[in-house]
Amino acid sequence: MSILFTGRATGAKANRIGLVRRFLMFFVHHIRQALSSLGELWRTPAASFLTIIVLGLSLTLPVTLHLLVKNAQQISNSFAKAAEINLFIREDASAAQIQSLQTILKADPQITAVRHINKADAMAEFQAASSFGEALNYLTENPLPDVLVVMPANTEPAAARALMQQLAAERIVEFAKLDLEWLTRLEAVVRLMQQAVIAIALLLLSAVLFIVSNTIRLSIISKQAEIEVMKLVGATDSFIQRPFLYTGFWFGVLGGLLAFLVSETLLWGLRGAISDITSLYQSDFQLQAMNLYEFCGVILLAVSLGVGGSYLSVRRHIRAIEPSGP
Amino acid sequence: MLQFDHVSKSYPGGFVALERINFRIAKGEMVFLTGHSGAGKSTILKLISMIERPSTGRVMINNIDLSRLKRSQVPYVRRDVGIIFQNHRLLMNHTVFDNVALPLVIEGFTGKEMVKRVHAALDKVGLLDKQRCLPETLSGGEQQRVGIARAVVNKPPLLLADEPTGNLDPELSRDIMQVFEAFNQVGVSVLVATHDLGLIARMRYRTLTLKQGRMINDDLIPSRDQV
Repeated sequence: MSILFTGRATGAKANRIGLVRRFLMFFVHHIRQALSSLGELWRTPAASFLTIIVLGLSLTLPVTLHLLVKNAQQISNSFAKAAEINLFIREDASAAQIQSLQTILKADPQITAVRHINKADAMAEFQAASSFGEALNYLTENPLPDVLVVMPANTEPAAARALMQQLAAERIVEFAKLDLEWLTRLEAVVRLMQQAVIAIALLLLSAVLFIVSNTIRLSIISKQAEIEVMKLVGATDSFIQRPFLYTGFWFGVLGGLLAFLVSETLLWGLRGAISDITSLYQSDFQLQAMNLYEFCGVILLAVSLGVGGSYLSVRRHIRAIEPSGP
Repeated sequence: MLQFDHVSKSYPGGFVALERINFRIAKGEMVFLTGHSGAGKSTILKLISMIERPSTGRVMINNIDLSRLKRSQVPYVRRDVGIIFQNHRLLMNHTVFDNVALPLVIEGFTGKEMVKRVHAALDKVGLLDKQRCLPETLSGGEQQRVGIARAVVNKPPLLLADEPTGNLDPELSRDIMQVFEAFNQVGVSVLVATHDLGLIARMRYRTLTLKQGRMINDDLIPSRDQV
């Protein structure tokens, strides 16, 4: 409605368009503006592609690092699962006592499985695996203790250690052993990598924000005359800023896609080197690519950076442009 | 409808562009605004279109004081005031049709209604056959008429024109003035700032004469020391 002239209907209201139709037109209008912004990018290919490439490459590094961390975590997880507690049984414990301890442990909810390796089996295994072979036959009695192998339900190092201490207190247990050291080391390395990735990602993402912001700023300045005319014929700031926000949106979409392609290519190229390392530790390791959620996340992040960067510029600069007069 | 009430405008540095200006323009009136360059014609148009705000005094449209409106309301005021610029102010990389459609797009018109109105406006200024051209390919007079079509396409109740015949030959000037008269006859208030005294004398409308920021004459004919 007009502010100055009561009864002067303006705009879409004058058309008496139905509510549903107006609602649909809202979307049609936005899609049309989005496409025209894309067309605008197409008309200045050199500048647009440079910006998109810068965005894509800036996003590639955090994305690739994230994928590497994800794969490293996968290794560390598979080792954490293998974490098992060995309970060495006292020499003087009877078979019945071992049997009853095993039953108690099986009932414990903190424990998923208990396996008994008796001293004869252990000897046979040792004889087969070690090179002592014949020499062991000269021993008068078997020096190896009975062992209960306990799988903890919670494979976190801290929880496993607590369980180990609890089990070590059992009467017939000589001592308990948990091979944690290198597991904690691996976890520390993964954690360090994660934090480094977050720090690098924050730096690069803020760079992306400012790159978009600056590109949009230049684009606003180059259209100053046009913006003045639009203001003179009654365009609101939000009307003028919409195409620029859509430009930011497209920068985000295209930059995100580029980052996806480049990081997947990088990962594919590194595949050989990575599998060389991982095969040293674990045979059935499979390199994990980006899943759908992560892909959507990357695009969403890129789009929000594009729109956000654009918004930073339009807020300030479109407001600042005022027509200087007829 | 339009009222200037003791309006003064001074710019930083002490230059006084307007000094205690009083006048009223009734609904449906056509008025000329004249004076030497620098006399304050443009400043008056800038105050009405809210490009500038008065230093003192009030500019009122339909008894609403423009200086009491918020910044966010300025675009809506400009939709009620059609402005024709001396230097046309067209979007050079858009077609004539797009230029004229701009105020309608801003107001949210789409589809057939928009096309109908743009065609009607272009028809009034006689440029319907040039709608697909770029403004660069048109002559100065044609560009001016595109500017007029854009100013009237959303049927504003008030029309401002700044030197609309500035660099046109007399014949074209007369054509353009006839376009303004046609709008005036359907009830649009028209304020034309011009220094083309011959034109004013021929047309015999009420004329406001400015000299160094003061209103020196408000009559049917320009004052003698102007002629």
